[in-house]
Amino acid sequence: MFAVCVRRWNGGRRRSDADCYDNSTIFIPHCPRGTFMKGYNFAYLDEQTKRMIRRALLKAVAIPGHQVPFGSREMPLPYGWGTGGIQVTASVLGRDDTLKVIDQGADDTTNAVSIRQFFARTAGVRTTTHTGEATVIQTRHRIPEETLRENQIIVYQVPQPEPLYRLEPSRVETKRMHALADYGLMHVKLYEDVARLGQISISYDYPVMVNNRYLMSPSPIPAFDNPKMNRMPALQLFGAGREKRIYAIPPWTEVRSLDFDDHPFRPINAHQACGLCGATDSYKDEVITDDLGGRMFVCSDTDHCEQRRAATVQRHGPARPGHRAVSGPSDETGDDGSGAPRHGEAATP
Amino acid sequence: MNIGLEAGFADPVPDAQRCFRAVLDAMAHPGRIAHAAGVTAPYPLGTAAAAVVLTLVDHETPLWLDSDAATARQWIEFHCGAPVVADPAACGFALALALPDLRRLPAGSHESPETSATVICQVASFDTGTAYRLSGPGLREPAVLTVQDLPRDFVSIWRRNHALFPRGIDLILCAGDRLTALPRTVAIEEV
Repeated sequence: MFAVCVRRWNGGRRRSDADCYDNSTIFIPHCPRGTFMKGYNFAYLDEQTKRMIRRALLKAVAIPGHQVPFGSREMPLPYGWGTGGIQVTASVLGRDDTLKVIDQGADDTTNAVSIRQFFARTAGVRTTTHTGEATVIQTRHRIPEETLRENQIIVYQVPQPEPLYRLEPSRVETKRMHALADYGLMHVKLYEDVARLGQISISYDYPVMVNNRYLMSPSPIPAFDNPKMNRMPALQLFGAGREKRIYAIPPWTEVRSLDFDDHPFRPINAHQACGLCGATDSYKDEVITDDLGGRMFVCSDTDHCEQRRAATVQRHGPARPGHRAVSGPSDETGDDGSGAPRHGEAATP
Repeated sequence: MNIGLEAGFADPVPDAQRCFRAVLDAMAHPGRIAHAAGVTAPYPLGTAAAAVVLTLVDHETPLWLDSDAATARQWIEFHCGAPVVADPAACGFALALALPDLRRLPAGSHESPETSATVICQVASFDTGTAYRLSGPGLREPAVLTVQDLPRDFVSIWRRNHALFPRGIDLILCAGDRLTALPRTVAIEEV
């Protein structure tokens, strides 16, 4: 997927102490783990930039689903790696917040680890991998399985905020289409899918109508997650850094996936139980486990999967190899299984 | 030389962040009362109105003041650096001690509804006065907000504003150290 680039400033000296961390994609001066970095403003951005983003966020909340332009700044990581989400998070984050960052549902992937550590260092905030403990969740391409609650904020990283982009490349035109709520083009695209393929062939970034007015890109979350957006108790904020747009969905707002009466919206998921926790109702990733064609389906949401496995262990004791777990349909319930693709990362301070 | 100017936020970075989250919380849950603190407000502003101005207004946002709020003009200009405009139609923010005529303020365009004005209006109280029933995005079920000091025909004023959607004015109400918000999406009727 992505090349992992380790770019850590260390004053030109080699470091070998334990507080170094790996896989950093963000260029920030080194500082010992758990300490708050000096020399930058709280949460990296300067106050004037935060004010500008905050004003855009308030307008975005007042006009659900409408893309508000903002002066996206250069961040210490490239566009396309979550700069929009980071700027939104930096503008809402306070000292009392607890931050969770996920990338494709996982807390332990490069981007998630880097962004979490970025804020642990530049803002000194508490971080967590547990969905329930977080007050702010920054996400790339997933919504956690655990139902979000009121007073949580979820920040989506958005590569392309314009849902009509692939149908009409001109911003001038799409702006006018949004102004007139003229979304016929998208309905034609869905109709052509049905006519040619017998079904709507969008599996992620599935367009939604927000508050019955604006057509909106939900960011490249799987269509499986779309229903979670509808009347979600948490506040949903979207940041597109390269495209310089912010948009939002207030809590309890109606979000409807586009469809037809005779071809209703259907979320797509693998027809498999999770190979680690046995969950059938969560979104799965297919993981190649060896070079002999071995593969397994596992929960994309690592926190959800770990909590389910921990609960199983508590009820029945640790799973022994070769022993079938009582509650799971799969042979592999422990996280000791060969080829288990994920392991949890302990909450960072 | 003592020019008699009150200070701004005691601790600008966290104070502004807390105030912003209070406003965001209120904008996301219309009618929800939030608290603001951290500033010694200049006469005639309350803590909340002063904090909201410090949090959101700066040199990029033309500000219109009604005749009462203009008493605090020196303080605002010093701390925010905001250009104060005489024409309400040219403002990004309006600060007022009585609800201004919303039709004189920019409501944004259909293509860029975010260019509309935000009105920061100081009222007497959220404990007594007229009760309004609010419904719309952000509200699980209709909520009731009590405000003293809004015009008698506020419901019909707001109906006109609400009908402009996606254009329209957003309102931040402040009373003492408390604040709430009414985004353009909220529908209001008298209880």
